[in-house]
Amino acid sequence: MSITAEPATGASPIREGAFGHATGLVCRECGATQEIGPHYVCSHCFGPLEIQYNFPAITREQIEAGPANIWRYKALLPVPDDIETSPNLEPGYTRLLEAHNLAAELGLTKLWVKDDSTNPTNSFKDRVVACALSAAREFGSTVFACPSTGNLANAVAAAGARAGIKTVVFIPSNLETPKKVNSAIYTENLVAVEGNYDDVNRLAGEIAGEEEGWAFVNVNVRPFYAEGSKTLGYEIAEQLGWRLPDQIVIPVASGSQLTKVHKAFRELVKLGLVEDKPVRIFGAQATGCSPVSEAFREGWDVVRPQRPDTIAKSLAIGNPADGIYVLDICRETGGAVADISDDEVREGIVLLARTEGIFTETAGGTTIGVLKKLVESGQLDADLETVVINTGHGLKTLDAVTDLVGTRATIAPTYDAFVAANIV
Amino acid sequence: MSINVRIPTILRTYTQDQSQVSAEGATLTEVLDSLESSFPGIRARVVDDEGKLRRFVNIYVSEEDVRFSQGLDTPTPDGAQVSIIPAVAGGC
Repeated sequence: MSITAEPATGASPIREGAFGHATGLVCRECGATQEIGPHYVCSHCFGPLEIQYNFPAITREQIEAGPANIWRYKALLPVPDDIETSPNLEPGYTRLLEAHNLAAELGLTKLWVKDDSTNPTNSFKDRVVACALSAAREFGSTVFACPSTGNLANAVAAAGARAGIKTVVFIPSNLETPKKVNSAIYTENLVAVEGNYDDVNRLAGEIAGEEEGWAFVNVNVRPFYAEGSKTLGYEIAEQLGWRLPDQIVIPVASGSQLTKVHKAFRELVKLGLVEDKPVRIFGAQATGCSPVSEAFREGWDVVRPQRPDTIAKSLAIGNPADGIYVLDICRETGGAVADISDDEVREGIVLLARTEGIFTETAGGTTIGVLKKLVESGQLDADLETVVINTGHGLKTLDAVTDLVGTRATIAPTYDAFVAANIV
Repeated sequence: MSINVRIPTILRTYTQDQSQVSAEGATLTEVLDSLESSFPGIRARVVDDEGKLRRFVNIYVSEEDVRFSQGLDTPTPDGAQVSIIPAVAGGC
């Protein structure tokens, strides 16, 4: 393979094999193709660009012999064959836990939690950022940046520090303090923008268009970045013993993760690594920012933007870039998109913690709450094997549950006081 | 009425690489018509065959997303800033 496109930074041409088995970029809307480069928008219709590949034959054994991180799937990602030699956070291969207690609580036969809160910066964002970092390197970018609802900012700042590249991360100014600190600890360039995520996103789009040498992970290198989410799908299938689940519930912000998990499952089938079977895909949103759920419920094929107002800030994208594709996938697979109130988000966080010992953030609370709602409504089949994705750690959104949980009793340091408190 | 319009990189082939251009018009529709007369072909990149704003284009008039106001009928007062920005970005 030979790629000769000039990167936008004006640096030297892209080296051979820089993007592995990727062969180009294709518009998801109109099918127009472009050479590989730091492009994210179709030059014909403004549609989103996807990576095209010419995958080699690959076996389960080859993957299983790889490292215990996302690079075991490097042949299926837009990264070079020597990706492990460059400093990065080595995310992925997180645990897939069978959730017996939660399954019993909800009346499900078999339930698994894919727990991505154990990634290096405690969210699934380390996966996508690792792929974006590789692209930024190969394009010769000098600044590694993002607009973020928090988790992405943490991941970009940390990965940039490890890679030795300058980072600038933009967040809404009202973000939770832990998410601010978890970014600022890695970078001196945390920029709080007076506005919501969509305002921050818009600003990033403008900066990306004006400044040379910036790699905005989820703007101008978004096609490469987004591919990182496929590894969630690959891992779930591998950890289930190289098979697909019957149903999966995934939180929806921009919708990218859901579309990429679906893509991963389809790729594994095409590559002969798993048997084909129907997988019903469900999306989870919080009511205070539920444009995709609203469109699903109303039967629309477009997503009407909303102004977010929810505690699930990592899902608070009012104008989701991949919303229409989420609608298509959930409808085609017999799934659904549903939303729950902020109180139900909080209850979902407590439910997962009390039944499985997993402390999730508000996005995970949303996923668990929507799982519960879908079981109760009968939209999700309780007798089918189901996976839910926990995308981030609860320590990042402590404020969400501080009013719900706390000290059972405050007692004097005496046995009599303990007995009087009637704890057990 | 003079309106400043910010042009995204992808459309600068129409504006001789200018990132900011001037246009006239009391509504966004009129501003786009004015742009079209100065830079033929640019309107069809922003608006589809049915005259609707393309799905993957966001337009802001004085910092306000026009999808939250009156769409292409959004008033553009004298001196207003119009920004055209690709919609595909962001998120998880």
